[in-house]
Amino acid sequence: MIPRPKPERFRLRRTMMFMNAQKPGLIKDAYIYGCDSIMLDLEDAVAENQKDAARFSLYHALKTIDYGDTEVIVRINGLDTPHWQEDIRVCVAGGADGIRIAKCESAQDVKTVDAAVTEAEKEFGVEVGRTLLMAALESPKGIMNAYEICAASDRMFGVAISGGDFRKCMQTKPQPDGVDMLVARGQMLIAARAAGVQCFDTVFTNLDDMAGYEAELRQNKAMGFDGKSLINPKQIRLVHELFAPTEKEILQAEKIVRAYREQSAAGVGVFTVDGKMIDIAFIPGAERTLKLARACGLWEGDLV
Amino acid sequence: MIIQKPAVAGTLESSDALVSIEPGDGKIELTLTSSVMNQYGRQIRETVLETLDRLSVTDAKVSVVDKGALDCTLKARVECAVFRSCDASEKDIPWGGVIR
Amino acid sequence: MKNYVGRDIPDYLLVNGKEVYQGKNYMDGKLIKKASPCTRRYEKPQESKIVETLADALKLCGAKSGMTFSFHHHLRDGDFVVNMVMKAAIEELGLEDLTIAATSLGAAHDPVAEYIAEGKVVGIQTSGIRGKIGEVVSKGLLKTPAIVRSHGGRPRAIEAGEVHIDIAFIAAPTSDCVGNCRGIGGKSNCGSMGYAMMDAKYADHVVVVTDCLVDFPNMPASIEAIDVDAVVCVDSIGNPKKIASAAARISQNPRDLMMAENVAKVIASTPYFKDGFSFQTGVGGPSLAANLFLEKYMDERGIKMGWAIGGICGPMVEMLKKGKVGKVIDVQDFDLDAVNSINQTPNHFEMSASQYANPANKGAFVNKLDFVVLAALEIDTGFNVNVLTGSDGVLRGAPGGHPDTAAGSKCCVIVTPLIRGRMATVCEHVVTVTTPGDCVDVLVTDYGIAVNPLRPDLIECLDNAGIPHVSIESLKEKAYGLVGRPDDLQWEDKVVAILEARDGTILDVVKKIKPYTLD
Repeated sequence: MIPRPKPERFRLRRTMMFMNAQKPGLIKDAYIYGCDSIMLDLEDAVAENQKDAARFSLYHALKTIDYGDTEVIVRINGLDTPHWQEDIRVCVAGGADGIRIAKCESAQDVKTVDAAVTEAEKEFGVEVGRTLLMAALESPKGIMNAYEICAASDRMFGVAISGGDFRKCMQTKPQPDGVDMLVARGQMLIAARAAGVQCFDTVFTNLDDMAGYEAELRQNKAMGFDGKSLINPKQIRLVHELFAPTEKEILQAEKIVRAYREQSAAGVGVFTVDGKMIDIAFIPGAERTLKLARACGLWEGDLV
Repeated sequence: MIIQKPAVAGTLESSDALVSIEPGDGKIELTLTSSVMNQYGRQIRETVLETLDRLSVTDAKVSVVDKGALDCTLKARVECAVFRSCDASEKDIPWGGVIR
Repeated sequence: MKNYVGRDIPDYLLVNGKEVYQGKNYMDGKLIKKASPCTRRYEKPQESKIVETLADALKLCGAKSGMTFSFHHHLRDGDFVVNMVMKAAIEELGLEDLTIAATSLGAAHDPVAEYIAEGKVVGIQTSGIRGKIGEVVSKGLLKTPAIVRSHGGRPRAIEAGEVHIDIAFIAAPTSDCVGNCRGIGGKSNCGSMGYAMMDAKYADHVVVVTDCLVDFPNMPASIEAIDVDAVVCVDSIGNPKKIASAAARISQNPRDLMMAENVAKVIASTPYFKDGFSFQTGVGGPSLAANLFLEKYMDERGIKMGWAIGGICGPMVEMLKKGKVGKVIDVQDFDLDAVNSINQTPNHFEMSASQYANPANKGAFVNKLDFVVLAALEIDTGFNVNVLTGSDGVLRGAPGGHPDTAAGSKCCVIVTPLIRGRMATVCEHVVTVTTPGDCVDVLVTDYGIAVNPLRPDLIECLDNAGIPHVSIESLKEKAYGLVGRPDDLQWEDKVVAILEARDGTILDVVKKIKPYTLD
């Protein structure tokens, strides 16, 4: 039995890799590729008549395999299926770090899952509130309700858009410049930031089109996404490279944090770094840059 | 648990096992083949028998075709087959109880 | 008697000067007297050496019971020739007590298992043993223990007279009427014929078996007519689809790619990675993929590979054509890209097995090799590698050039996943030692890298490059943590195969496996 530490609501989640929970050869060590989170899938990857078998596999995988620092999230079946309640029970009993709510459309959906999770935590003697939630927005309605979804529960750490279903609803296809989902991505990002949760982009499914993948990642970063959902380990590295802060950004962040500590100890609230006015509002951003830099292996300091 | 009807769980893919179970003749009858028989046959048998014992299955014919499954996979397949044979695999599974 | 890698070698095998393995380079500097064949003179002008059938060729060469026939494995799993010859010898001529000395044997040769079971074939000497032959030998049905040698060990043994070839059968994609052979130009092309060259020079008789006769002279010849007694033209020497794959593709398996990337990182961290370095890689998933990542480091540093050797396939030919590698010297071709390139693309050359890997000549190519990247079925905490026996103790593999390149190279990297299914690849004791641990330098797995403590210099290289590494013991514990500790295999006393080290000493033996019962 591998006891997992209490999940952190806000942590580095640049890469979330999907894995079929029913495939023993895949889930036994998905963490070796170095993604930040793995997403064990009980939904689309598992055939309708194997949902039960997948739960037994998932339970023992969660209880047996040492995933180390890699976050373990489970994608459960939609609330319109007969499976989701048992999915939640097995996730909580197995000690998954978080649950991804598929096809989420309203705050009520989140609350429904939240209540079932609380019930399961009580049933299995798990600290109430331990299990985190995230929501996948897969429909126009989900996007329209993004803010209420993000703000619906203290367990919520983020939202992700699911491109396949969403594009179908919108009668569009992936476009090289991302215009097909530009508004949806933007609206979801605004909602996530307003609610103070993280925001993740959809998967890029054409594994051979590395140029298209890179273009999408650059746009993701420019728009302010925290991370991306992935379908193959070979996609991990580019995200980590592109989402890494530059050397200049790291130096600047280090200076800001250091200067802030010194100045605030001396009672000064506003000061300048390299000629730029700095106050407390800059600190979270600078600290995030340093944490990201450390995770990327680019910085070894102890300021954060 | 009482095995009520034949049931199967698992696959013949590498790292998996196919477990079939049916009502027995008053005892556990296990047939086992494995791609790693010489090195792990004994341990696989122990895992399967322990799992059946934990589920209080005492009367069943069980066949395991192992393709190099880890213990956690073997347990999951045996448990699923047993629960399926009792039509009880879909909900209210005793996670952390007899499933552990 | 225990040898250098801790294997107990039965004393009764240590006769006629046979010794146990005592570490690499133990035989260095020793003098040898080369054996010579007894061959017939053909002084009179001769129009043609073509004979009608294999039986005719056998009779012409004075084939009789008790003889040793040799074969090469350039036709790989597509080979028809071994089976054809053995059928003619045993079923048409009624010969018995035959020994097959092949450069390798595989699934294509399953019919030979029957002849072993019937006692018609009593000896097997080979660099690879798979399929049904492996099974019957493991069951103890072969009268004498099979002798397994590396690709370099075999020419050594031939030169030393430890293997005396009565008749060498040379499958040839093309031949002229007097026996000049090439590996290209026919319908069953294999490219290089490097493994057959020693046999032609050291056999008493040489029979060429081809399915494509071409005009005299067939030049440049891999096998020369001056060594050939007879030429037989048959309908087909092999199945082209199984001789060379269309194109060896670099693996897309993410696990392979991750390991390959780490292999390249390790290589790039050593002082041998400089302009003009030399390289060999296997064709397994992660080994071949190492090419891809190595190229990136070469571009970054603005350096080129001086030369590459080995079994060759497309990706290396591609690098040659792009000018990233100076010369490719080739003992065997694995795909059509390589088959169509050898002796055609400038600086793509053919070499013999002896030139490639023989430890007893005056310096084979492997002796000048900087890096080799190899796979393993198992590797133990002494860095000993097994590429021969499966987890059930049955013979199903091939040392090939593994021990030769490992011993000769400055840096030998083994790349393998930590576990395969429920098999721990990194283990306490390999089933059979086929490459001794003192020749292996670095292990790259999907769970981490380990460096042989015999190489503190390489440990320093990795540390300086910031490449994390762990002890091989910790990798073994990780593996056992995942799959459980395996039970020991149960053996009978009978030795079914002898593993010769490349220098001719005994590295290990394979015994008959006890039938497994659960109770």
